[in-house]
Amino acid sequence: MRGNVVIAGVGQTAFGKLPGRGTISLNIEACRNALADAGVEKSAVDALLVKPPTSNPEFMYGSTLATAMGLQPRVGGSWDQGGAANISLISFAAMAIEHGQCEIALVTYADNPRTGSRHAYEKAWGDDAAYGWFGVPAGYAMLARRHMEQFGTTSDQLGEIAVAIRNHGAANPNAQLRQPLTLEQYRQSKWVVDPLRRDDCCLVSDGAAAVVLMSARRAKQMGVKKPVPILGFGQGQTSWEVPQRLDLTHTQAEISGATALKMAGLSAKNIDVAQIYDCFTITVLMTLEAYGFAPKGQGGPFVTGGRLAHGGALPTNTSGGLLSETGMPGLQLVLEGVRQMRGEATTQVKGARTCIVSNQGGIMHTHSTLVLGEPS
Amino acid sequence: MSAAPETLEFPAPDMSGLGAHYWGALREGRLEFQRCGACGNAWLPPRSECPKCLSPQWKWEAASGKAKLISWVVYHHAYHPWFAKRVPYNVSVVELAEGPRLISNVAGERPLKMDMPLQLSIEREGEWALARFKPV
Repeated sequence: MRGNVVIAGVGQTAFGKLPGRGTISLNIEACRNALADAGVEKSAVDALLVKPPTSNPEFMYGSTLATAMGLQPRVGGSWDQGGAANISLISFAAMAIEHGQCEIALVTYADNPRTGSRHAYEKAWGDDAAYGWFGVPAGYAMLARRHMEQFGTTSDQLGEIAVAIRNHGAANPNAQLRQPLTLEQYRQSKWVVDPLRRDDCCLVSDGAAAVVLMSARRAKQMGVKKPVPILGFGQGQTSWEVPQRLDLTHTQAEISGATALKMAGLSAKNIDVAQIYDCFTITVLMTLEAYGFAPKGQGGPFVTGGRLAHGGALPTNTSGGLLSETGMPGLQLVLEGVRQMRGEATTQVKGARTCIVSNQGGIMHTHSTLVLGEPS
Repeated sequence: MSAAPETLEFPAPDMSGLGAHYWGALREGRLEFQRCGACGNAWLPPRSECPKCLSPQWKWEAASGKAKLISWVVYHHAYHPWFAKRVPYNVSVVELAEGPRLISNVAGERPLKMDMPLQLSIEREGEWALARFKPV
């Protein structure tokens, strides 16, 4: 089904601090903008898939949103996979369209942990709270330390990732954090949980994003401008808690990436631009290894020398990612992938024809990959 | 970072179910893990079925106390008021000689190193006992 389903439209809200806005309202604004971008009437939508917000998890959220949007979709609901859910929902929608279960799907996500609750990111890890084991940053720090010990990865190499992505964010007028970063500033950044510094950690943000999917044929009939084909997707669920993982530096992102690239008929060397889930810098480094951009353990040397920066060999997170565009888990990366394929990105990679996008959640518990191509 | 509960109470483990035995054994000076009667797999934290073969037939077994260091972090931020006076503090992933892995604290003057040998040191924390480790 390579290329049979397209992303016909994208929409978003402002990113940052949005007091007084609930996630339903934010979802609706993003969906309204995505439908307008695609040139699709709401009445044509027959699938509504939504990642539940982290700030206020609630039962049957998909139905609550459908009610607020006046929709009775054929395919609908939400999927709890943490930060991997957005691409997984896009994949599910693509398969549903391919198999005649629905025709036009909205995949949307809104969250407001910045003005609402950020408990999901700071909570205790069960009984291990007795040992002081709390919060999401420490989980990634645990993986980062093992990577450093095992492969000689350095703090400066993580810093190179932060510098490249923050500078992309600085060029994005819609980014929540527009302050660029130098390696020297990174080195002065305070420890949150050593070996991760403040500048290794993503933002906490309010905001929403949405995409409209349909078949390539339908997009052609409707005269959609620049429909972006979905070339491949895949998943891999590491699932196990960090202490139970037999190898802290391998994850099922390898399976996810391999599945998506195989479906697309591509390998890492064919990818022109990457949008890699950067909740923490180490996540980018390990995902690039998992996808085959660098051999296992060589992610550190790979990211040095500006390789991830605009003008480098693999421009990554060209709108600023989670580190500076918005901390929202994942869908903003898909939007930037679409803009790159349309040739409409603020920091456009000239002649980019393929983009890989990663979404993942928990402490690399969940993973989903999307490969996009240029509009035909 | 404001969501931590406004209490100075120790974040106590859950003593319902299998936790009662696990934490009770620590109070008596033993770190115990579970071993499957069907496939021999050994694991922590406590659970009612073997995660390898799904058998509900298992027994508690006392750990020798020998272990190695898998990874560690140093908290410079307290996510709970109990730890505010302890920052910076260590949290580690430790692998017992018998196989199971657990979250712990590794203390000591020596610089830590991946895979370094450790020895169990059960320490009191008020009415609780925690399975901490020291470099050998």
